[in-house]
Amino acid sequence: MSNFEKLIEIKNLHVSVAETEILKGINLSIGEGEVHAIMGPNGSGKSTLANVIAGRPGYSVTSGDIVYKGDSILKVAPEIRARAGIFLAFQYPVELPGVRTWQFLKAAIDAIRKGNGQEELKIRDFDKLLEEKRQLMEMDPDLVRRSVNEGFSGGEKKRNEILQLALLDPSLALLDETDSGLDIDALRIVSHGVNIFKSPEKSILIVTHYQRILDYITPDYVHVLVDGKIVRSGDSSLAMELEEKGYDWVKDGAGEEVHP
Amino acid sequence: MQETSLILNKYEEDFDSISSNNPKWSSDLRNKAMDTFREIGFPVRRKGNEKWKYTNARPIASVEYSSAKFEKIDSDDIKLIAPWHESWINLLFVNGHYQETFSDNLSTNIQISNMASDDLAVNLTSNVGGIMDYSDDGFAALNTAFMSDGPIITVPEGENSGIVINLIFYNQGLSDTVNYPRVLITTGGNSTVNVIENYVGGSGDQTFTNSVSEIYVGEDATVNHYRLMNETDDTYDVGYGRVRIDTNGTFNSRSFFRGCGIGRYDLNVSIEGENASCDLQGLYFTNGAQHMDNFINIDHVRPNCQSNLFYKGILAGRSRAVFGGTVLVRKEAQKTDSIQSDKNLILSPHAEVDSKPALFIYADDVKCAHGATAGNIDADTVFYMRSRGIDLEAASRLIIYGFAGEIIDTVEIPELRSYLAESFLNSLPSHRFEF
Repeated sequence: MSNFEKLIEIKNLHVSVAETEILKGINLSIGEGEVHAIMGPNGSGKSTLANVIAGRPGYSVTSGDIVYKGDSILKVAPEIRARAGIFLAFQYPVELPGVRTWQFLKAAIDAIRKGNGQEELKIRDFDKLLEEKRQLMEMDPDLVRRSVNEGFSGGEKKRNEILQLALLDPSLALLDETDSGLDIDALRIVSHGVNIFKSPEKSILIVTHYQRILDYITPDYVHVLVDGKIVRSGDSSLAMELEEKGYDWVKDGAGEEVHP
Repeated sequence: MQETSLILNKYEEDFDSISSNNPKWSSDLRNKAMDTFREIGFPVRRKGNEKWKYTNARPIASVEYSSAKFEKIDSDDIKLIAPWHESWINLLFVNGHYQETFSDNLSTNIQISNMASDDLAVNLTSNVGGIMDYSDDGFAALNTAFMSDGPIITVPEGENSGIVINLIFYNQGLSDTVNYPRVLITTGGNSTVNVIENYVGGSGDQTFTNSVSEIYVGEDATVNHYRLMNETDDTYDVGYGRVRIDTNGTFNSRSFFRGCGIGRYDLNVSIEGENASCDLQGLYFTNGAQHMDNFINIDHVRPNCQSNLFYKGILAGRSRAVFGGTVLVRKEAQKTDSIQSDKNLILSPHAEVDSKPALFIYADDVKCAHGATAGNIDADTVFYMRSRGIDLEAASRLIIYGFAGEIIDTVEIPELRSYLAESFLNSLPSHRFEF
């Protein structure tokens, strides 16, 4: 059993980017084994939330706290957060010219293992693991030999993110609009990868604009983020309701004007 | 200018003393080149001197160099500082003079002669000086006036054994000396040859390497040419590559520069036959107070040809790099397909690159593109890697190695590729991108 109540607790989190407040007091707790979805219109701050948890530079936390596995991580470097089991699947995965995918993945796995007092993975074991996960994500074998994300299609990039999720096996997966720009086949493959990862020890935070991905990955909780605040929380039926009624419906609940 | 003329007197004395020893077949050429050198001197003018706009030749012109003499050295020492392999034909030149070939009984149809010989057949020597136009270039004139030793590589028609000829020009680093390597490669129809030119050595003393290579790519022939430069900070290096490509010919060039005080490589490729192509790629790494200038011209004379020019630079310390890439597409060169780019990774706020890709197009049906980038790594790239557990140092190393690796990976000789992957990458500084 873990010696913390919740895997991650976000307490009254206020975040600004260049003087503009984006998150205006977020409270959210995710327990082990739980799947949460954050939904919201464009510009509501949902991607900011995922990125701040992962430690992306450029955001300033003006008040509040993020407690992960019992400790505040606000001052912790992103690579240390990653080694402690936080993983962010990027909305826009970055291209790394000249850095081979397999080489990048090996460096990442070894960094995380070494951070946890384990030895580097033997090449042969790594190859086996990579091949297994590659097949899971139905990725072209040629892609792992190529430079990271360079010349990958949008769908291949997102699959590569979930391949990394599967390989690095974190405690908390933050999926930042992983579904955006995916066709139905890629969405199915990506969701399959996430569902394989899902277990009683793993927690997932899905950030999405659309309800579509939630047809494949069923959330335990759905939160609606509008203008930097969670305006409504509920179970998966909330996502359905949003799909039907649109975001204006919850904006009303947040005290916003309703457009007829 | 008094100072300069004193220096020229030094070359004059030197010219008189070496002329008597040099072969007769080259004496006309050498005398004419010396006349030109006397007339034009070094390109030290700072105004209206476009070719040398970003590189100051004055430090080179102001040292009284004398011709470096041959001294036999232990070839085992060379094996530690230059790439070589037992399956290659390895030719060692010390201070510009031939010493030996260290390879085991390799049989080849390729004829390799030495320019120092007196009794060379006319068909071997007639191409010497055939492409290197020194009329407005003091350094090229100087090399031509002083050339004494160097390989004449003649590849017969249909020769396709894939053998590698590895030329090692070792500069012993004798104080205030200059060495003049000279290379001629002539390829017959439908042949292939791989040539590596290495410019290595130097010491803590002031030296100068002044080289010229002339390469004729025959009909349907392929020349894979590699140029490695790795000298000391006290060495100045001004080198020339002159290439002429015939119909259906292919010239592939890979250049790797790792330092010398002031370095310049002037590569000029003239595509004179139809359906011919050239692929010129290079990687330069400058550190400290080094200065490296790549001055490259591609001349599309005939239609239906392709050229690719792709150079990458890594700059550290207070170093300077210059990339001058010019592609000329003449009126007759319709359907030319040309692309050029220069990318630089700048690791220090004190390092600087002048990158000037240029295109001159006189034909109307062509596909041409050019571009240049210079910069640090963006924050997203580093965050992406850190979010996977990789720390700043390791991320920076992966990025820099990856940047350099893109050119190294295109080397088709496996032994050379692994040599470069080791030696070039290991010479790169440990660096930490800060964000």
